[in-house]
Amino acid sequence: MRKATGVFILRRMLQLIPVVIAIAALNFLLLHMTPGDAADILAGQMGHATVEFTQQLRQEFGLDRPLYEQFAIYLGKLLTFDLGMSHIQQTPVIELILGRLPATLILMVAAITISVVLGVILGVSAARRQGTITDNLISVTALIVYATPAFWLGLMLIVLFSIILDILPSGGMMQVGAGLTGIDHVLDVARHLILPATTLGLFYVAIYTRLMRASMLEVYGLDFIVTARAKGLSEGQIAWTHAMRNALLPVITLAGVQIGHLLGGSILIETVFGWPGLGRLVFDALLQRDLNLLLGILFISSVVVILANLVVDLLYGLLDPRIVHK
Amino acid sequence: MSQPVLDVQGLSVNFRTSHGVVNAVEDLSFQIGEGETVAIVGESGSGKSTAALALLRLIPDPPGKIVSGSVRLDGTELLTLSESEIRHIRGFKIAMIFQDPMMALNPVYTIERQIGEVLQLHLGMSRRERLLEAIELLRLVGVPAPEERVQQYPHNLSGGMRQRVMIAMALACRPRLLIADEPTTALDVTVQAQVLDLIQGLKDKFGMAVMLITHDLGIVAETADRVVVMYTGRKVEEGSVTEIFDDLRHPYTRGLLGAAKWEEGDGDMLREIPGTVPSPFDMPTGCSFQPRCPLAEARCLSDRPGLETFAPGREVRCFIAGEARS
Ligand SMILES: Nc1ncnc2c1ncn2[C@@H]1O[C@H](COP(=O)(O)OP(=O)(O)OP(=O)(O)O)[C@@H](O)[C@H]1O
Ligand SMILES: [Mg+2]
Repeated sequence: MRKATGVFILRRMLQLIPVVIAIAALNFLLLHMTPGDAADILAGQMGHATVEFTQQLRQEFGLDRPLYEQFAIYLGKLLTFDLGMSHIQQTPVIELILGRLPATLILMVAAITISVVLGVILGVSAARRQGTITDNLISVTALIVYATPAFWLGLMLIVLFSIILDILPSGGMMQVGAGLTGIDHVLDVARHLILPATTLGLFYVAIYTRLMRASMLEVYGLDFIVTARAKGLSEGQIAWTHAMRNALLPVITLAGVQIGHLLGGSILIETVFGWPGLGRLVFDALLQRDLNLLLGILFISSVVVILANLVVDLLYGLLDPRIVHK
Repeated sequence: MSQPVLDVQGLSVNFRTSHGVVNAVEDLSFQIGEGETVAIVGESGSGKSTAALALLRLIPDPPGKIVSGSVRLDGTELLTLSESEIRHIRGFKIAMIFQDPMMALNPVYTIERQIGEVLQLHLGMSRRERLLEAIELLRLVGVPAPEERVQQYPHNLSGGMRQRVMIAMALACRPRLLIADEPTTALDVTVQAQVLDLIQGLKDKFGMAVMLITHDLGIVAETADRVVVMYTGRKVEEGSVTEIFDDLRHPYTRGLLGAAKWEEGDGDMLREIPGTVPSPFDMPTGCSFQPRCPLAEARCLSDRPGLETFAPGREVRCFIAGEARS
């Protein structure tokens, strides 16, 4: 059993290699399809864009070699996380990204946790009381949230919780100048996290609620639920163990999809809430046409999404023993 | 006769559907003594499973409802117990196994967990005791290498092994009554006999009462002590196995037996019952079997025959059978 799980993990990881190479290739092509190369830009910046000088730069950067050789060099650099320089900010791209990535990851993890946990609880609760007022209330609320644009919701939450009620900060990641450390620092970040993470995750709370409810109702129709009742388990025990464990599977699958969406969504939410993550970096890079930085972010985001999906796959394998053996 | 383990009197179960009310079980009475196997036979839709689930009060409500009757287990009335009291009967005093052991076991839990659950719930065993007892139970039902099997999932086992696991789970608390709803229908012919032998052996060992629901009259002949024949929710004949096979009275039982002789000199062999089971929403007048009955007379079309008792445990619901006798 242990061995099967190990083989399963290894196989999943090996499958990722071609995916990462494909993303690198896409990045590489995008880099080459844009008019002008790094040599042109650099020469332009240095103020003497003579043909000879540009040619010399090209040689230096290996831009005169055949495309496949350049790609090999590019891949080699990626392996060492050398994503090149941001010519606008005069800083290595990887440094800029690593400076922002943690904030985005925190936001994403919080948003996913909120959406999965709330979605599952609400979905199970609705399914258990199918057709009752509780069920209808949950379902209708989910539908409304589902149809509400995230940024509008974010603004409304700011208005309610930080302006009217004044209990949560409206933006940023921590209290500036407070110099908090240790647990106080964690709590401070957590307080700042609530509104953006909720805004980012709320759409998915609605989706998971509906999915979980439908999934639970389907599982309730399966024979092993009758077995569980015939064993003497209470409806509560059945809902939160036998039924939920099976009904969770489609939710986990969707969570893999959500991770990709979240990265996109976080650009907007980080802007609305002044959250210092990758989203803002993308925004800046777009405005300044910082191509190297954009491609670097694209690559790293892809790797993050792929790794996150790997985790989701492994989690799925853990929840459904049948997968590991296929 | 000493007190029967199970005593069912006048049990009626309705389902309210959008098409109307279905009387799935109507005025059903029967008893099962200690160490006795009573077979319930009848075509699809005759109410066998509904009757079985009603004993455990597991009729889905809505749409179903036990409208009247009495179900006594060792003298205790089950239909008036509170919800938590009846849960203490399920899996403890009355256990049930089902047709499809793949579907009846939860695919995401190990065998240990699924057997252990009953032991924890009803016997309050610790984790360690549960593991040892689960292994012991698997050994009892003839699962080879129980120490390994107990850690596995349902999909790791063959159909026959899964049904053995179901039986182990059902017997975990040494129930007074085992309900087996077509326990071998989904199994290979060679495995069927093994599973039936197992049930019979364990019945003798523990002195349980067994309610065996089946379509297969071969199984009835080999395993049952007495037989209850059901049609459209009603008992149409009851008798010992010998009586049913050698001295059957009801034309429906005769149809079920296929090649049985009805009257002397009547040589035609009836392989299949002509026609189909009437829709529960469109019951014929008089006897519900009359449209398919080769012997139907005028009064069969207008009057409903009552159940006639010829001897204790020997009953027939048929005008003609009654007259042939008296
Ligand atoms: N949940 C339900 N809702 C509505 N009607 C039901 C429900 N369950 C059973 N019935 C009806 O009750 C009647 C008896 O069904 P039941 O399943 O008890 O028959 P059965 O003898 O077990 O048949 P089978 O041999 O196919 O298992 C049928 O007419 C069926 O349509
Ligand atoms: Mg049935």
